Amino acid sequence: MAEEEFNSDDVVAVPLRHPWRWVFGGVASALLLGFIWAIYSAKSIQHEIVVQFMLDPRILEGMFVTLWVTVVCMFIATVLATILAIMKLSENPLQRWLATGFIEFFRGTPLLLQIVFWGYLGIIFPNLFVGIPFTDIIFFSGQTSQLIPAIMAGIIALSLNEAAYSAEIVRAGILAVDSGQVEAAKSLGMSGGYTMRRIVLPQAMRVIIPPMGNEFIGMLKNTSLLQVIAVAELYTQASTISSANLAQIELLMVSGFWYLVMTTVLGFPQRALERKYGKGFAVVGARSEGRAFKVGKR
Amino acid sequence: MTNVMVDARSVRKRYGSNEVLKGISLTVEQGEVLCIIGPSGSGKSTFLRCLNHLESINGGRIIVNGELMGYRQVGNVLHEMKPSEIARQRQSIGMVFQRFNLFPHMTALQNVIEAPIGVSKVSAAEAKKLGQELLAQVGLAEKADHYPSQLSGGQQQRVAIARALAMKPTLMLFDEPTSALDPELVGDVLDVMKGLAKAGMTMIVVTHEMGFAREVADKVVFIDKGQIVEMGTPKEVLDKPQEARTKAFLNKVL
Ligand SMILES: Nc1ncnc2c1ncn2[C@@H]1O[C@H](COP(=O)(O)OP(=O)(O)O)[C@@H](O)[C@H]1O
Ligand SMILES: [Mg+2]
Repeated sequence: MAEEEFNSDDVVAVPLRHPWRWVFGGVASALLLGFIWAIYSAKSIQHEIVVQFMLDPRILEGMFVTLWVTVVCMFIATVLATILAIMKLSENPLQRWLATGFIEFFRGTPLLLQIVFWGYLGIIFPNLFVGIPFTDIIFFSGQTSQLIPAIMAGIIALSLNEAAYSAEIVRAGILAVDSGQVEAAKSLGMSGGYTMRRIVLPQAMRVIIPPMGNEFIGMLKNTSLLQVIAVAELYTQASTISSANLAQIELLMVSGFWYLVMTTVLGFPQRALERKYGKGFAVVGARSEGRAFKVGKR
Repeated sequence: MTNVMVDARSVRKRYGSNEVLKGISLTVEQGEVLCIIGPSGSGKSTFLRCLNHLESINGGRIIVNGELMGYRQVGNVLHEMKPSEIARQRQSIGMVFQRFNLFPHMTALQNVIEAPIGVSKVSAAEAKKLGQELLAQVGLAEKADHYPSQLSGGQQQRVAIARALAMKPTLMLFDEPTSALDPELVGDVLDVMKGLAKAGMTMIVVTHEMGFAREVADKVVFIDKGQIVEMGTPKEVLDKPQEARTKAFLNKVL
């Protein structure tokens, strides 16, 4: 009997089934539906206000500010982080100490404190000037509050803080590149800078991009802290509206919805970048064959 | 009148208090193939890496093609050169590594043309033509657009040889180029190297392939514990070794 089964060539292979995925999916869907229902049926929430302000021009303007501040801050932070990471890996001890000091300082104090500090810079130093210290020679001077408006202060604060965190991500990425790569590059006569740019950093990108995607999302949400220095980003706009119409929860839902939309949309360019820098590398631990759920025959 | 390509004079190298090279002296003439054999940890790789100044040296001097490598002599003091000058010197010395060290994010052709374009400033079109020729020379013309991860070890090593040749070196260094390969892939790589030797390339090859040394080498040196124990033609060193240490080593590997 059994022998016969083994000898038969007329067999079909069935992939491993995953019954627990169905159980888990069912529980998760039930919880999600329950939550949506709770919000929908809550008497204290005025749904028409949520709908009314969803596309309010102030909210849309706020979103625009949030987006461009995020992009500008991440750009500055990534450039600074790369410089800091290279300095921290340098053979020159002075460069190492400088980079370490910068990173420790900006990671070691609360972000909110740094934002308020930059926002209040005009009170600490009412006038800014560029000149030669201990002489009367001044090239340029002006009022701090004019030279550094709130939004600039916010961008400086967020970028410097982010640079300190991202520097460690970039450094980890650089360290993940095999030292044989640098040797091969050197043996071909490539300079240190060229090797970094063309050989090391492109390979490090593969390791750097996923955590940097996290940082991007974190930055997008952290821009809401700029409310304390009155930068008109999404959260500030929402709370200005709600302090007038007293619909706090409703406007939190409006801004929350848009934050969620923006963070979700950011996932697309990340996946495109991951594909670009993943070229030539065999992917380990990627999604297994097929989809999570299989419906239908077999 | 022969032309000396490599002139190493009492080269010394220390890592901390561990003296790895204890005065290595040898010369290689233009067009010659020198094979270096010796037990693991005897300093073979270190010596090769000193030749193109991937490692600085602590004593002696290395002259390649008439130029003092990595240093400038003022009186009787050697001053280390600036990185840009060392990079220029390395351009004429090709190196092939045990672990290939191909650039994984570039295709085979891109690996070969990266340095000619970026370092020698050859035009992209010219570099591509040269790259295709070199890939054909190592028998991989049809693999130009493959990434290293899509190639076998032997194919990767042949791309690595093409990459080194693309800089038109006058000297090629090979550090155990076939040690990381499956046995059936060794032959292809050795064939490419034999072709190079026949074409007149000056080569220094660290290897455990005694058959290759016998067939191709003009000179064989046996290094042990950072010193040259025996040097001569393949027949002298491999078939009639004089020193006990050489005999013991050859007994183990043959
Ligand atoms: N970067 C390094 N730092 C310290 N010691 C090293 C380093 N590289 C090599 N060595 C030591 O130098 C000796 C010679 O190594 P190597 O030249 O790689 O030997 P071989 O290539 O003959 O096997 C070994 O004892 C090794 O441990
Ligand atoms: Mg070695």
